[in-house]
Amino acid sequence: MSTGPQPEPAVVRPYGDTTGDGMVQVSFTLPLPHDKRAEGAALQLAQKMGMSPAMLVHAKAMGPEHTFFVVYGSVTHLVDLSAVQVVERDFPLLSPKEVNAAIKKQLRRPLVVVGACIGTDAHTVGIDAILNIKGFAGEKGLEYYSEVQVVNLGAQVLVPELVERARAERADAVLVSQVVTQRDAHIHNTTAMSAAFREAFPAGQAPLLVVGGPRFEEGAAAELGVDRVFGRGTTPAEVASYLVHALVGEGRARP
Amino acid sequence: MSTSTTTPRPGPPPLDLDPTVVDRARRLAARLGDPVVTMAREHTTVSVERATLRLAGLTGADHEGVPWVNHLVDAVVDQVGLQHGVALPVWDALDREEAPDLAGLARRAASGAVSFRLPERGQRSRARRAATSAVRTGMRRLDRQRAARDRLVTRLGDPPRRPWIYLIVATGDIYEDMAQAKAAARGGADIIAVIRSTGQSLLDFVPEGATREGFAGTYATQENFRLMRAALDEVSRELGRYVRLTNYASGLCMPEIAALAGLERLDMMLNDSMYGILFRDINPVRTFVDQRFSRQVHARAGIVINTGEDNYLTTADAVDAAHTVTVSQLMNEYFGREAGLADWQLGLGHAFEIEPDRPESFRMELAHALLARQLFPDAPLKWMPPTRHMTGDIFRGYLLDGFFNLAGAMTGQSILLVGMMTEAVVTPFLSDRDLALQNVNYVLGAAGGLTEDFRPPPDGFIQTRARQVLAEAVGLLETITAEESGRGWAPLLEAIADGTFGHMRRPADQGKGLDGVARKAEGYDNPATTLLEEWVAEQGGGR
Repeated sequence: MSTGPQPEPAVVRPYGDTTGDGMVQVSFTLPLPHDKRAEGAALQLAQKMGMSPAMLVHAKAMGPEHTFFVVYGSVTHLVDLSAVQVVERDFPLLSPKEVNAAIKKQLRRPLVVVGACIGTDAHTVGIDAILNIKGFAGEKGLEYYSEVQVVNLGAQVLVPELVERARAERADAVLVSQVVTQRDAHIHNTTAMSAAFREAFPAGQAPLLVVGGPRFEEGAAAELGVDRVFGRGTTPAEVASYLVHALVGEGRARP
Repeated sequence: MSTSTTTPRPGPPPLDLDPTVVDRARRLAARLGDPVVTMAREHTTVSVERATLRLAGLTGADHEGVPWVNHLVDAVVDQVGLQHGVALPVWDALDREEAPDLAGLARRAASGAVSFRLPERGQRSRARRAATSAVRTGMRRLDRQRAARDRLVTRLGDPPRRPWIYLIVATGDIYEDMAQAKAAARGGADIIAVIRSTGQSLLDFVPEGATREGFAGTYATQENFRLMRAALDEVSRELGRYVRLTNYASGLCMPEIAALAGLERLDMMLNDSMYGILFRDINPVRTFVDQRFSRQVHARAGIVINTGEDNYLTTADAVDAAHTVTVSQLMNEYFGREAGLADWQLGLGHAFEIEPDRPESFRMELAHALLARQLFPDAPLKWMPPTRHMTGDIFRGYLLDGFFNLAGAMTGQSILLVGMMTEAVVTPFLSDRDLALQNVNYVLGAAGGLTEDFRPPPDGFIQTRARQVLAEAVGLLETITAEESGRGWAPLLEAIADGTFGHMRRPADQGKGLDGVARKAEGYDNPATTLLEEWVAEQGGGR
């Protein structure tokens, strides 16, 4: 195959060290004692995962009943790029200066954001990354924005308390973070939260509801009854830009 | 005879610290802590009173899971108030034959069928004697469990090398936890910690019985404690070394959980002086009162506490806030010693949380870790792995954990919490735990003796950085000591209210659990407190 510049292909395969080699690595554990049969079982699994040929490069007993495997191999699957679905950022990314200017010019008052971790989740790392001045990934948090007024309620905030605070502060937006979750607690908590806001505010007057956390699917906003879902790696500037897009000026007409 | 958990260090101390500065830091910590201890002595809480009833042998819960200790304390508080303590009204009611025993009294009190009063004169003396005798039974069980631990350690032995390897299990199901804990011990863990269900810290009661459902952890209950200790006793005998068990004495039920830990022979308990205030918004007065009682129980039960300094570094920058860790360690040491804990019971915490891309980050980690090691030579320091900078790139995370292990080995840490490359990704797979143990075993096997060779040069980077952090810690202690006492609180409470720690403002008149706090009335009586204070005084603790 030629190595010159090519138009983007319609299908791709994983890249090991050569274009099109399809090479991947996986590691997994089987609940079997380490012996020949266990290694055969690992290869069978790899083949069913589309790895052909599969190379078992490492097998190690972990206690008497489990074996850990590392397998390399070429996957037979092709990725059809035309069928890939993602939530693309549908708003322009603004600098803090642009965010402040837009709020000042068009809202003519500070934009009020109330943030919290709800449910039993005690991990404020997500909400703090977005709200605290310290920020995340080299970007300052929303507290740094002169035109954004931040009320960070911290962890384990009860939903009624959040609704009450949002009302008292006249929040434009409510940011909810869910980091550690088990048995879909993040989904239950979020739907309970959005339902409470729908109940407490007349239609169309509830604050903008934004949730974030590593376990959320970004396309699930409608299902969760919120306006926007942010996933892993979201930065404060993305959130600020979204808030401006959704709440200020022309962006106000939300889809 | 209790076993020490510290690392013997050959030769002179590796850091050249000015002893007058170290001394000044301790004096300032004592000056800050002293009025807080006074305040703690002047108050009681519902949880302290419930712990007293637990020590007197009251167990169990009603059909809705509300513990009988809660029913009984609530009934006394309703009728007599909290400020006298519950012991006199409760044992007076038993003396008046309102019920044949504590359990019966609690049942009747729950349905409002008992009238409580504050007994006087002869009746008061009788109630007092009976209460003391009942609580003494619990104290004896703490002593027996401590002796049993010492016997097992003598017979089976301590782990052969340091740092001791600390592993977490947390499935939510105690029976699953037991299987995983035994596997972890066979894989090399010396200490098993059962993480609590998220949110338990804010429950104002201790759940009852064996539990099989939890969120990101397993409920701390007396039965779960008993089951897990029995499982570890079994695997300890199999392995020929005593495997220790850890849980959490924190949150609103800290004193009760401390008592249950002592009764069921847990070996270590997470127990920080300020964590609940800062990270759980629990009222500061409640926290310090509960703290002191729980530490007195731990002291008597021979339990090693683990403090939570690592948490500061999860919200603040690990370089900028390095000195707040030192300040917190000094405060935890002061409060711990005052409550009767010996130095071998002070598992002060610190963590490897410096941004890895920062130049010289590893050298700074070494400086911070050595500083803690040298300031607290006899404390079983607990060295906590990176969490903040574990990004999901498990390969990089594995390397980072290797450096964390190396820093622990080079600086002679006592307890090493094993870092998982899947931190912040998933609850660890069986394989993650195995790989993590391989990482620890490789580093300790290859470099465990480096404490002997690692002598940072005088006035080099590490020495200078360690002195700088100590100086900043003294500076912060001085600032807090000079804090305006605008609200009439102790300076430490004023500082906590002003957001000095972790940027969180926690005023002493706010926060969860405040309604369960009372200033002790004249004649307040609590036999548990009295027996513990006597014991602490005998050990040479207190102020």
